[in-house]
Amino acid sequence: MAGTDPIHQFNIYELFSFGSVGGTEEGGGFELAFTNSALFMVLAVGLIASYLILSTRGRGLVPSRLQLVSEMSYEFIANMVRNSAGTEGMKFFPFVFSLFSFILIVNMLGMFPYFFTVTTHFIICAALALLVIGIVIVYGVMRNGFGFLKLFVPSGIPLPVLFIVVPIEVLSFLSRPLSLSLRLFGNMLAGHIVLKVFAGFVVSLSSLGFFGIVGAILPLGMTIALTGLEFLVAGLQAFVFTILTCVYLNDAIHPGH
Amino acid sequence: MAGETGTTIIVAQAEVHAEGEGQVVIEGADEHAVDETHASTEAHGGEEHSDVFPPFDTSTFGPQLFWLALTFGVLYLLMSRIALPRIGEILEVRRDRIEGDLAEAERLRHQTDEAIEAYESELAAARQKAHGLAEETREQIKADVAAKRAEVEGELGEKVAAAESRIQQTKDAALASVDEIAAETAVALVGQISGSVTDKAARDAVAKVVKG
Repeated sequence: MAGTDPIHQFNIYELFSFGSVGGTEEGGGFELAFTNSALFMVLAVGLIASYLILSTRGRGLVPSRLQLVSEMSYEFIANMVRNSAGTEGMKFFPFVFSLFSFILIVNMLGMFPYFFTVTTHFIICAALALLVIGIVIVYGVMRNGFGFLKLFVPSGIPLPVLFIVVPIEVLSFLSRPLSLSLRLFGNMLAGHIVLKVFAGFVVSLSSLGFFGIVGAILPLGMTIALTGLEFLVAGLQAFVFTILTCVYLNDAIHPGH
Repeated sequence: MAGETGTTIIVAQAEVHAEGEGQVVIEGADEHAVDETHASTEAHGGEEHSDVFPPFDTSTFGPQLFWLALTFGVLYLLMSRIALPRIGEILEVRRDRIEGDLAEAERLRHQTDEAIEAYESELAAARQKAHGLAEETREQIKADVAAKRAEVEGELGEKVAAAESRIQQTKDAALASVDEIAAETAVALVGQISGSVTDKAARDAVAKVVKG
């Protein structure tokens, strides 16, 4: 039933192994396998880097169409960072740009049939979210010292209210990595499961003869509609992840509200 | 990536308890790593259908984190070292170029304005000069003509005066000889009619008539 199993697409299997690192002869240690997940990460990075580098090779004063796409994506992210994190936030521009392009391309690659979607695995989303929050905390403390704690103390609030507000602020800060990662992970995972379930209906129903084929029209329409929706979600989640990163970076740079 | 060095592949056909622990404490995978058998992952590969929901299969966390760190690190380096500076430079060069071109256009426009102004003033001066020249020439011609006319008129006046005086002389001369001719004629006539008469008598008679 691998054909219609909605979970099967998330399996990670190794394509080839580089052998184990560390551990004993019997096993253990870290096995450095090249998996399908790794393949699509490498593919995404290769696509992004080669596109941006090759399309700007001419350094045209009047940009070609390909170069224009690179320039537009550059300005899109640059404006996003500048608007939400200020000019000082521009030092994180390469990071934010890498983050956006990586998530976007990985999500979009996942829309191809038989392709693996890297962001449907929680650990990837969690790692990216923790990376963002880690940078926010490290940079916030480095730049502001104890002033970074002002993040939890909104200004202009009477003292008694602070006893309620500060725990809420702390809680909301702690929940950020969770919400950031779960949003991306949940959207991508659920979308792909739903897509596969409806596509599975088409296959199962159409094997039931004439009425089955007629009945399969409805899930087929749903599948087509969901495909469009999933493209939207793939782009939107990359955008949301990135803009939230910018907002959090802004907190690190300007902790006072 | 602290977790990845110690993490091992946990067997995919994991028992239910492994799943539970793996989800709750990710770092916990380190301690459980040793007792897992290695071979089954190889044998079953991706086709193996475990009870663990693949996105929560902790055995795959290590390699995923490793490859994420590697690929994202490479991406970051490529972006921050090559691609983004290059695009930034392209945009900067273009902005500079456009600003430079606008400044150049402004300068040229200014220059054009100046040239037009100079042309206008030159033209006005030339017109003024031409006007003056024409005026001068006209005056000169007028003076010339006036002088010539005065000269010619003077000459003519002289000639007229000379002629007049000559006519007067001739007239006077003629008038002076009239008496004599009359006397001669009278002598001749009287001589024809009545014999001789003296010139003196004739002359006196004529003078009497003329004066009378």
